[in-house]
Amino acid sequence: MKKDIILLSISAAVLVGALLVPKALGIIKIILFIAAFLLSGFKVLANAFKGIIKGNIFNENTLMAVAAIGAFFIKEYPEAIFVMIFYRVGELFEDYAVGKSRKSIKEVMNICPDYANLLKDGKTVRVDPEDIEIGDLITVAAGEKIPLDGVVVSGGSYIDTRALTGESVPRRVDADDTVLSGCINCEGVLTIRVTKTFEDSTVSKILELVENASARKSTSEKFITKFAKYYTPCVLVAALLLAVLPPLLIEGATFSDYVYRALSFLVVSCPCALVISVPLSFFGGIGGCAKQGILIKGGSYLEMLSKADTAVFDKTGTLTKGVFEVQQINPENCTADELLRFAAYAENISSHPVAKSVISAYGNQLDVSLVTDAKEIAGHGVSAVVEGKTVLAGNAKLMQMHNIEFTEASGGTVIYVAVDNGFKGSIIIADELKADAKNLVAQLKKSGIGNTVMLTGDIKSAAEKTAAETGIDTVYSDLLPGDKVNILEKVMSSAKGKTVYVGDGINDAPVLARADVGIAMGALGSDAAIEAADIVIMTDEPSKIITAVKTAKRTISIAKQNIIFSIAIKLGILVLCSLNVVGIGVAVFGDVGVMVLAVLNSFRALSTKER
Amino acid sequence: MTKKIKLIDLCCANCAAKIEEKTAKIDGVNSVTVNFLTEKMILDIDEAKAESIYAEIEKIVHKIEPDVKIEGI
Repeated sequence: MKKDIILLSISAAVLVGALLVPKALGIIKIILFIAAFLLSGFKVLANAFKGIIKGNIFNENTLMAVAAIGAFFIKEYPEAIFVMIFYRVGELFEDYAVGKSRKSIKEVMNICPDYANLLKDGKTVRVDPEDIEIGDLITVAAGEKIPLDGVVVSGGSYIDTRALTGESVPRRVDADDTVLSGCINCEGVLTIRVTKTFEDSTVSKILELVENASARKSTSEKFITKFAKYYTPCVLVAALLLAVLPPLLIEGATFSDYVYRALSFLVVSCPCALVISVPLSFFGGIGGCAKQGILIKGGSYLEMLSKADTAVFDKTGTLTKGVFEVQQINPENCTADELLRFAAYAENISSHPVAKSVISAYGNQLDVSLVTDAKEIAGHGVSAVVEGKTVLAGNAKLMQMHNIEFTEASGGTVIYVAVDNGFKGSIIIADELKADAKNLVAQLKKSGIGNTVMLTGDIKSAAEKTAAETGIDTVYSDLLPGDKVNILEKVMSSAKGKTVYVGDGINDAPVLARADVGIAMGALGSDAAIEAADIVIMTDEPSKIITAVKTAKRTISIAKQNIIFSIAIKLGILVLCSLNVVGIGVAVFGDVGVMVLAVLNSFRALSTKER
Repeated sequence: MTKKIKLIDLCCANCAAKIEEKTAKIDGVNSVTVNFLTEKMILDIDEAKAESIYAEIEKIVHKIEPDVKIEGI
């Protein structure tokens, strides 16, 4: 780069020298012009020559070379040299701007570990993370990145998850805790048993996702690539017509004048400014979101998110903490302990958070051999045979299904328990709203998402409580997993804009996939959610949706600005050139100037800060 | 199979788009993306035809951007 700057400076100096040489010394003047031309244009000419040999005629270098040589032949020597100097200076600017955005994107993606400390026969060896196998033990010292996903075997520390989640408060980990690759160990030494190969580790998944994001192109990206494809040939044809027709048709018009104007057209015919600015904006938006722990699988999702007017939420684990606690036990014809014990044994088969809270409320070790024939009845509850007695535990629908009379209860999620078809009482479990879910709906409305819907398998009273606390407009409760897709489709068909679905990735993969934009929350470490969703929020904060929507809107507007701005300036220059208001030098400068400005404008997408 | 190829010193966005377009037309290439910013080409190709595909890609890249260094083939 430095060499280029020196060469261009010398070329400019020689040009000034040539201009100062008096007309009488014509030969010297021309020799100096040629020297200046070659100094600044050698590289362009060489590349143009290489391109022509390889059969790639319409590249940037050939266009510039033809324009400059053409100017030289019609004796516009200084102009020819201007073309070369300005073009090269523009290229340097361009390299700098592109280099800078590449660097900032690399920083976003700078979560990839370079090595792992493999613990082998009591010694640690530094190896490539790719060479580590599942079950291997690795150590991570303070300040080092955790290279692969695993479980802490010994040691305790705080880990910095910022690179993955955007979360600045370090997280405490101790033995038996799961740790994810890409986090930084803040203190002490952790010994970790690796549970995933490098390829399957969180870091690789995230990098792959961000890198592949360019595959799902937005319509504006597609538009601009298509535009560019026709733009260059059109301008070239226009240049040819401009060089030939007016001298033939208009009296007094000279060939050299119109050839000169046509040469300016060649300079402006390169579509790079157009082609680069749009994907760069999207990449900026995607990179900026990644810094905040929001992974976006492609430009097209940013685009759809910016057009969304409807948001559909899952309740449990998305708006609420998903941590259920037994609030109340209402036994009938038995003691509270008995009721809880039956419920805990029956629920042992289920992985639903409600089941877990019943088991933890029971507190005692479960003797699994007492349970036979346990099964989950989706959307209803569980049934199991405990010590020879048939236990049903679930919602009101389960009781109705078995024609069991029960006393209705409310105040949260209610589990009704029946033993051998006799009602034994109910257990009330409540979930807490996430702190940042309260203002979510109000903020979404400000961002243009006016219609909010909640879908939940939970009972009506619990669902309505959450809806009242958050301000969600419409609530559908008591849903089976299959119902969610149907209702989502109904919501989508009545929505004017795009529909976003936000879920926690557990049990709602089909819904995530069906929505225009599926957002999975709290997905840190959940492969299924990362797979099914279009946008993945690594933390469990629903407020990140607002960040994503705002970034999407800003990215789209930056991309639009770039498209309109660069096309307008290019056309403007073409018009001015054809009227000979501006010369070739201004054309080159304008052309690269547009591109640099577009690149700089795209940088703004990288920032997700509020303004 | 998926394959990642580095295109070092890829300096023109329009050329990246052209390389992507031409590569997509090679027999045995199911999908291809050229990421201009990360200077990477991500391919999904038939493994059986890998050799001829790589040769073709090298030709395309060198024709469009002679200065690009290809790594990872």
